[in-house]
Amino acid sequence: MTLSKQHLALLSVALAALLIAPSLLKSYGLYLLTLWLVYIIAALGLNLTVGYAGLKSLCHAGFMGVGAYTVAILLKAGVSFWLATPAAIALCFVLGLLIGFPALRVQLHYLGFATLGFNLLLMLFFRNEEWLTGGTFGIQNIKRPDLFGFSFNGNLAFYYLVLVITLVSAALLAYVLRSPWGRAFAALRDNPIRAESTGVNITAYTLISFAIGAAYAGLAGALFAPLVNFIEPAPFGLGMSLLFLMMVVVGGSGKFYGPVLGSAIALLLPEYLRFAKDWYLAIFGFAVVAMMIWLPGGLLSVRERWLLYKAKKASEKNATGVGAV
Amino acid sequence: MIDFFQLLISGIATGSIYAMAALGFTLLWQASGTINFAQGEFVMLPAFSMLIAMAVGLPLWAAFVVALIVSVLVLGMAFKRFIVDPMRASGVISIVVATLGLSIGLKSVVKAGYSAEPHPFPSVFGDEVFKLAGVTISYSDVGALLFAGLMVVGLQLFLNKTLTGRAMQAVAQNTFSAEALGINVKRMIFYTFAINAILVTVTALLITPTYLAKFDMGDNIGLKAFFAAIIGGFNNSRGALLGGVIVGVLENLVGAYITPSYKDGVALALFLAVILVKPDGLLGTPAERKV
Repeated sequence: MTLSKQHLALLSVALAALLIAPSLLKSYGLYLLTLWLVYIIAALGLNLTVGYAGLKSLCHAGFMGVGAYTVAILLKAGVSFWLATPAAIALCFVLGLLIGFPALRVQLHYLGFATLGFNLLLMLFFRNEEWLTGGTFGIQNIKRPDLFGFSFNGNLAFYYLVLVITLVSAALLAYVLRSPWGRAFAALRDNPIRAESTGVNITAYTLISFAIGAAYAGLAGALFAPLVNFIEPAPFGLGMSLLFLMMVVVGGSGKFYGPVLGSAIALLLPEYLRFAKDWYLAIFGFAVVAMMIWLPGGLLSVRERWLLYKAKKASEKNATGVGAV
Repeated sequence: MIDFFQLLISGIATGSIYAMAALGFTLLWQASGTINFAQGEFVMLPAFSMLIAMAVGLPLWAAFVVALIVSVLVLGMAFKRFIVDPMRASGVISIVVATLGLSIGLKSVVKAGYSAEPHPFPSVFGDEVFKLAGVTISYSDVGALLFAGLMVVGLQLFLNKTLTGRAMQAVAQNTFSAEALGINVKRMIFYTFAINAILVTVTALLITPTYLAKFDMGDNIGLKAFFAAIIGGFNNSRGALLGGVIVGVLENLVGAYITPSYKDGVALALFLAVILVKPDGLLGTPAERKV
């Protein structure tokens, strides 16, 4: 894997900023920063599904909920965090396969409906199965993990733990996307029929991309539960799933850093738009509509658009120049 | 047994209301390739327009007429002109995301600008009930069923028997040949949007008395409409009616005999089962792949 010098420099600046940032922040700021990292993990997974494979998944928050509840329940049962987390990831992967298989056999768009309904079903499950999930009261006092006697209980320690996990999962995803496997995802999105004719098994690949996305959401959920210490059904509803989709699309779906930008916006905007109260979501919703009309490629596509515009201008100039001669 | 018939009848009534929202959804998809994820909110808005019109002092029928006009202008014309048309070039994914954004936006505007509380809504057919062979039936159930049945049959007749209707079908089947035949494609697509606006307004009129007018009432209705449309067959308008009725009835039966907690999951289970066995829906015919 080779990165350009520019890319590498930017990456190290970002990393340094992430290492230093906590010392400049108060505890709420540190909490937001950690939450941002958790969102990034989930959004990275969704970006694979949406941006690289072209599928619309509308139950990402539901998968995150499955991850969070799995970890919370297993921790209560005395299972170690380091075993509960892989279990949560695996469960989400399998659920992704189960829900994706029937829908993807038919049509890509059907996945949208199937996942929409699935998120609803998960919410019903979280609410109704009180013996397991605590119903609307949720599960309280979720412990943060420790490793070889070192406790990640403090906010700062937990932040660094989440940071490391985020970096590892991002690197893993980058690796997958550069492999022939990942290129097949992009081929699928760009031209499924041609991809099929070159020997890519469409159904298998789309299904796998969806399941990997779900697994990332599961990991995010596994970190979310100990971060907030208390989980209940509300944060895993359809609204949050839509927000995840918006994070990916606003940042620029199919761009590796799109979700990083998108989740920062989705997390910080409500903080700055507190004065707008209930109107905030209205503004957000219509802003997304406007963006789809004028900038369907997301914020990270601005540069490309600009280059395209310049190229067009230049070619027009040439054309008129030729005409004049 | 009497319980069973009562559940059956009210299920059929609710289902036929789902069917109308489903029908509009299907029409939009066929004629213009628009997958409208805000269809539920398209039902919620007319409900609130009627509430506002009634608050001003209009009787229910006049409020309904006002809502119809507002819907055709806003949910038909403006939606097509300002949201769907500019996005035609950027493909289905953009439209899906935009309508999802629209759904969030519309819900939040109603919540922030009007009220977050559920509001009671009068029924066109009154609250009375009558008994038939021991089964209690409400006039509003019978009314909903008749109304929805008439709408569906009327729409079928319009699409199959009139020149405009057949032109609309031609556009849905093949836009290019329709245009080559001299059909005004843009106008036909507009008609589809207008018909959808009418269908959602009627849906709102019939379903709001039971669902109550609330900003998020569309979540459930929209979802049922999608599932009903696909279960019945996406490219068949009678399919939407069948799908709606099956969903409505099964929901009632599952709610009463198995578990009320998972009533809302019935539509999803049915949807998954149907597309596993018959991907084109119960009445659908295999669609050609559009490249």
